[in-house]
Amino acid sequence: MPPLAAGLLQVGILFAALAVAYRPLGDHMARVYTAKGHLGLERAVYRFARIDPEAEQKWSTYAYGVLGFSFVGIVFLYIVQRLQSLLPFDFDRGNVGPGMAFNTAISFVANTNWQSYVPEVVMGHAVQMIGLTVQNFVSAAVGLAVAVALVRGFVRHQTDRLGNFWVDLTRGTVRILLPIAFIGAVVLVALGVTMSLESGVDVDGQVVANAPVASQEVIKAFGTNGGGVLNANSAHPFENPNEWTNLVEVFLILVVPVALTRTFGRLVGTAKQGHVLLGVMGVIWSAMLAVIWAAEANGVRPLEGKELRFGIPGSAIFADATTGTSTGAVNSLHDSYTGLGGGAAMLNMLFGEMTPGGVGTGLYGILVMAVIAMFLAGLMVGRTPEYLGKKLGRREVTAAAVSILAMPTVLLVGAGIAAVLPGTPAALNNPGEHGLSEILYAYASASNNNGSAFAGITATSDWFQSSLGLCMLFGRFVPMIAVLALAGSLAAQKKVPVTAGTLPTTGPLFATLLTGAIVLVAALTFVPALALGPIAEALL
Amino acid sequence: MTATLRKPAPRQDKTPAEPGIAAALPEAVRKLHPRHQLRSPVMVVVWAGSALVTVFAVTGPSVFTIAVAAWLWSTVLFANLAEAVAEGRGKAQAESLRRTKEDAVARLASGDVVPGTELKIGDLVVVEAGEVIPGDGDVVEGIATVDESAITGESAPVIRESGGDRCAVTGGTTVLSDRIVVRITTRPGESFVDRMIALVEGAERQKTPNEIALTILLSTLTIIFLLAVVALQPFAIYSGGEQSVVVLTALLVCLIPTTIGALLSAIGIAGMDRLVRRNVLATSGKAVEAAGDIDTLLLDKTGTITWGNRHATEFIPVGTTSHETLVAAARLASLADDTPEGRSILELAGGEPADEHEKTGEFVPFTAQTRMSGIDLDGRVVRKGAASAFELTDPAREVVDGISAQGGTPLVVAENGRVLGVVRLSDVVKPGMKERFAELRAMGIRTVMVTGDNPLTAKAIAAEAGVDDFLAEAKPEDKMALIRKEQEGGRLVAMTGDGTNDAPALAQADVGVAMNTGTSAAKEAGNMVDLDSDPTKLIEIVEIGKQLLITRGALTTFSVANDLAKYFAILPAMFAAIYPALDRLNVMHLATPQSAILSAVIFNALVIVALIPLALRGVRYRPSSASALLRRNLLIYGLGGVVTPFAGIWLIDLFVRLIPGIG
Repeated sequence: MPPLAAGLLQVGILFAALAVAYRPLGDHMARVYTAKGHLGLERAVYRFARIDPEAEQKWSTYAYGVLGFSFVGIVFLYIVQRLQSLLPFDFDRGNVGPGMAFNTAISFVANTNWQSYVPEVVMGHAVQMIGLTVQNFVSAAVGLAVAVALVRGFVRHQTDRLGNFWVDLTRGTVRILLPIAFIGAVVLVALGVTMSLESGVDVDGQVVANAPVASQEVIKAFGTNGGGVLNANSAHPFENPNEWTNLVEVFLILVVPVALTRTFGRLVGTAKQGHVLLGVMGVIWSAMLAVIWAAEANGVRPLEGKELRFGIPGSAIFADATTGTSTGAVNSLHDSYTGLGGGAAMLNMLFGEMTPGGVGTGLYGILVMAVIAMFLAGLMVGRTPEYLGKKLGRREVTAAAVSILAMPTVLLVGAGIAAVLPGTPAALNNPGEHGLSEILYAYASASNNNGSAFAGITATSDWFQSSLGLCMLFGRFVPMIAVLALAGSLAAQKKVPVTAGTLPTTGPLFATLLTGAIVLVAALTFVPALALGPIAEALL
Repeated sequence: MTATLRKPAPRQDKTPAEPGIAAALPEAVRKLHPRHQLRSPVMVVVWAGSALVTVFAVTGPSVFTIAVAAWLWSTVLFANLAEAVAEGRGKAQAESLRRTKEDAVARLASGDVVPGTELKIGDLVVVEAGEVIPGDGDVVEGIATVDESAITGESAPVIRESGGDRCAVTGGTTVLSDRIVVRITTRPGESFVDRMIALVEGAERQKTPNEIALTILLSTLTIIFLLAVVALQPFAIYSGGEQSVVVLTALLVCLIPTTIGALLSAIGIAGMDRLVRRNVLATSGKAVEAAGDIDTLLLDKTGTITWGNRHATEFIPVGTTSHETLVAAARLASLADDTPEGRSILELAGGEPADEHEKTGEFVPFTAQTRMSGIDLDGRVVRKGAASAFELTDPAREVVDGISAQGGTPLVVAENGRVLGVVRLSDVVKPGMKERFAELRAMGIRTVMVTGDNPLTAKAIAAEAGVDDFLAEAKPEDKMALIRKEQEGGRLVAMTGDGTNDAPALAQADVGVAMNTGTSAAKEAGNMVDLDSDPTKLIEIVEIGKQLLITRGALTTFSVANDLAKYFAILPAMFAAIYPALDRLNVMHLATPQSAILSAVIFNALVIVALIPLALRGVRYRPSSASALLRRNLLIYGLGGVVTPFAGIWLIDLFVRLIPGIG
């Protein structure tokens, strides 16, 4: 089959599979966060942690929950890495160094999975399983919880209660992530992904590193985490052996962020409100896929850095999926992409991870952008701006602005300093504009909690470990706090009735507006920097 | 209540001469002081940037640096200019308002004479014919004709009397006849006029909620661009093409939303100004903004939607009188009657004007004593008048009662004391109302007609006028309850009122427009006063409120959309030396890096001046659906904002390139 046809077939299968999963998964998630009763396992968790699952929280209490839980997660991850030698299945890999442990702890708690380490050399199975993988689940559940809290802000009125963080966290993990991860892992094993507690496997007399791959692979994709148990990530034949597993992984990466728009539509009472967000996500994602694909197909060395198993379409689809969500898994070397193709992957992150974005983070990201877009649109139709029946005033715009400002701030400050540090050129694979792309990509990846590597940068110096760590931390939690504050002030409002004067947010006009806002904000913020990196490279 | 229906006189005479841009220039220069920029974070950055570049222009002068510094200062100056022009127009308005309250001397009831400025609330003041009323208040004793033309521009005097709904008097108006005692209800300097003067002058102008939210958004954009430009320097150093502070500052000023930042306060002042021009005084900008958000409009039926019972619709003869006889008599009696009733009778009777013979008759005008009018001609005494003015016997009485019961007004016609019949005066909907309500509906505003009529009559008129709903047999409490109910559903309600019993509802409504003819209580309770006492003005107020927001939104969009072209102008200019490939982005073929950057800066400054008229006038607003409005404004100000600077910068560069040392 010619590559173009094969690629289109893959895209067709992917879209069809997403379409099939859209309603059942979306509706399931909507039920999970609105159900009254608790499962036995959940009750046990609440009893053990002394949580009153019926007590609802204010936005600030909810935010303390998010921050406290994440902080404890970071401390725990840091300690288990530092004390790895005391744990089983450590294969004498030793304790992880402080800079790397700091960076990795934040990385996994922030759902970023930026990996400054080589897994099969640094991490044993115990740290993987009780540390990193646990965070792969719960950090995704935290993202879902914050998104649901924001949606409750739109749905509820005249209340200061946004739900219970601990209940949302537990339910997301128990009812959404765990069951699907279990099924997904079985499917992946059946398709050839490995699963072993051994440190390696003998292949024709050569020991090749191995791990419990399938169980981690599924949540790596499904929770938009992206951190591989093997260094080559989804380019490794144990993680991603063939086109089918490749497609399954892409499906798993996209399915929750996509289906969340259905959940959103269900919760706000109009499915169309979700469809329009999905439409915007889909249009931008597809456009970026076209750019990456075309750029790579017409590159000078089109297959450089790509697996022959997947070819150009399989690599482009994966690259678009992993950067368009905040996943960051890779099945090819983005550093080897053309200026345009690599730049498009970078731009995908610079949109702020909302096309369709990470688990939960994508939904609240695009809703924050919708708030900004509707503010401007509201002014342009001569009414106090509103979205989904809530007025957008000083408090709402402030919260949305803080949420949007966080990412460019840490990204540009970090990358700016890195660009002029004396040690930087030595850490880069390439000089000149491609080198700047490598710097920008690293900070875009960290600040957007993507975690994918351009792989042209050796980010193990103290500067990179700490600065990228802080980018991940602030890039994750500043928007989360702002989003919860936004949810709080929305929930406190009365609901504005829909009249003929209300600007409809279900049609193509709103979709165009939102698409324009997403593209314009990213373009205006990053074009100067991109001009010296990918744009200069692409125009050569 | 037959005197409420005068049409407001056009107020061209009161519209002040337009102070031009040149007149505002000195004030604009004075505002260059940094203290004046603090209101706008965007302009603070421009000011600081201008100062920074000036330092470089002084320490290392070059044509380019000096030119950039000059144009950056011009950007600040033009922003000041916009504000100064708006304030100048406001000041002219304020001046004409202030003329109404020349310091009057107040004669207290106790006999003391004090300056008008020292009056206290509750003081009783005696005002006699020829004297100026020293402050806002209520007539507590007497009746007088008052010339209110200073405030309303209406030359016909009005009657003000103690008690009832016509007791309010405004400071600065003149008593023409008789003597009244006025109880002062507002402190000097705090009257409606005083507050309005402060608002239009811009001195005490507080930012409205939407303006604050927009300022936050503009600040956010400014921070983003500040970051993008500051971070560009290390990237440029890494790439081997360190940039000068002058160039980076120029880039920054071009990118931050200076257009809207510069025009924002002018837009606000001009919005208030537009309101004053329509003879509406508002207590705050917030109220004007709220007017744009109105969901429900409560309109009194009589006087607002209909003319009242003033149109003849039927001739009903009584007894043996033929229809023709009655029509002829009614026509005769109305020949000289210039009231709407008289004209409508004439019209219904065929419209034939008086012939030469008829003109010889003696016309008898209406007086309060006789309550009838008519003509004496050839010994015939033909009269028409209120039913109570005649002694009616049974067939006529029945007809009269029947008309009254149906909500109409009967007018009896008699000749030589013999009742010929009755003319039915009905409530007729004013022309064009249906269309206005349809427009309001398109804007998403629901209209509710409030009337004392019975539900049946109310329903018929509601259907004819095309209102969405009606409240029949309405008492003041019902009006209040309706407002509460609407507000509980999250709707914003606007209403007009004039009576004291309207005051609670006016206070409860989100936008309460009191008629100037109304009581002080009503005026205090509302947040606007219409000097023309024209209840349909509410519709215009809504439009002004919307226009205010639209102008801000449209110019913000325009401002941000402009940035795309500026990138195409400036980025190649900055970096084509390092990466020649970037010169392919120089789609405007600007001559040199210096000319490109300078042209962008000049465009950025000139566009402010070009948009001052739009900011003052407001973006054109036509009532239509929200989607249609957004589509239109996105197209004009979004797409237009993308395209315009490409042409503008290209054009400016054609001149700039001729400057030695730059081209």
